[in-house]
Amino acid sequence: MSKKKLTDSNSYIIIYSCLMVVIVAFLLAFVSSSLKPAQDVNVALDKKKQILAALNIRHLDNKQSAAKYNEVVEADAIINIDGNYIEKGTQGGEKAGFRLNSADYKNGKLAVYECNVGGERKYVVPVFGQGLWGPIWGYIAVNADGNTIYGAYFSHEGETAGLGAEIKDSQTWQEQFAGKTIYDAVGKTILKVLKKSEVRNPQSEVDAVTGATLTSVGVSDMLQEGFSKYQKYLRK
Amino acid sequence: MAFFSNRIKEVFLSPLNILNPVLVQVLGICSALAVTSQLKPAIVMGIAVTIITAFSNLIISVLRTTIPTRIRIVVQLVVVAALVTIVSQVLKAFAYDVSVQLSVYVGLIITNCILMGRLEAFAMQNTPLQSFVDGAANGLGYGMILVIVGGIRELLGRGTLLGYQIIPDVAYEHGYLNNGTMTMPAMALIVIGIIIWVHRAYFYKNDK
Repeated sequence: MSKKKLTDSNSYIIIYSCLMVVIVAFLLAFVSSSLKPAQDVNVALDKKKQILAALNIRHLDNKQSAAKYNEVVEADAIINIDGNYIEKGTQGGEKAGFRLNSADYKNGKLAVYECNVGGERKYVVPVFGQGLWGPIWGYIAVNADGNTIYGAYFSHEGETAGLGAEIKDSQTWQEQFAGKTIYDAVGKTILKVLKKSEVRNPQSEVDAVTGATLTSVGVSDMLQEGFSKYQKYLRK
Repeated sequence: MAFFSNRIKEVFLSPLNILNPVLVQVLGICSALAVTSQLKPAIVMGIAVTIITAFSNLIISVLRTTIPTRIRIVVQLVVVAALVTIVSQVLKAFAYDVSVQLSVYVGLIITNCILMGRLEAFAMQNTPLQSFVDGAANGLGYGMILVIVGGIRELLGRGTLLGYQIIPDVAYEHGYLNNGTMTMPAMALIVIGIIIWVHRAYFYKNDK
């Protein structure tokens, strides 16, 4: 047998792997911490764009979106499940309701974006739910009457591209929500997403995405749950 | 040009045709089914995989004489995982829209067999420049198939390409229907099968 190679010795392997792990750990920590501020800006900007999309303000570049959001959103209030204010929020809202996430939503701390679009009052409410593969969420803009949808935007983490992902990608699908009625006379949430063949009441039922039954059911459940939470606030 | 020697040319061209990772080696089929229902994610995925195969091949090739044989797979995996994490972080910071669109698939590049395959079969034996070219070419060979499959599926499944309508309204008025099954992953498998068949029949000359 030939002389044993240095790289085959146990101590070499141990030192090599330790060094490798330490170097990679430092590298990743460095990359992560140096890119964090840029990522946070993107995440906040993306959220603003989603809120604007719900108000049917789409296709703006980054700078325009930030400016438009500042102009349109009069307050990012926090309310509780009884529809009372916990925090009023501020113009160009970034500090109160804007900071809430899906966990706060589950615990009954709800965000409402009070907006002014061309002189008209609109409320944008976030909703969170479960799709087929992971979380889905949406922003729904409601008219001043608290019962008619003005616009909607949905997004998801990992729904199937081309099927469930259509809730985010298809603007036409999102536009179907405009004009739908959310509550019936006694305040029950009647807004639903159903298969085309099952739609009985087109005034508050929306066509599901073809081939994405479970994601569509997820959207429907999310809207039902969400608007029940906001019911007291919107129907005041 | 001396820089592009014949060897480099061969290394670059063979993954695009006679050694195509998807068509001939039948690697990376999973992700080829998952991200190809539309053209745009297919293109972005192709680019991401190309960058990662190229650089992981380069790094492993530079390190190849120092890597202990017994833990080489672990080392390769660490390099790939670190690269994928960095690419995903960079995308989040500088191309947020793209990173949102690819969602989980960026992370899943780690499990793409083309990566480990090239590291093990090529980068461990060859020089850094050749390995870099080999990685890039394999990524492109993979991306090329994704783009073809994505294009076919989006065109037939929705009548659009990159979101723009291609099939004219006139066709729909005369009873043309989009083929909904094209958007299902099962049809991707059939489309890839047909592409492999055409490739074997007309482009791939097997000497044996």
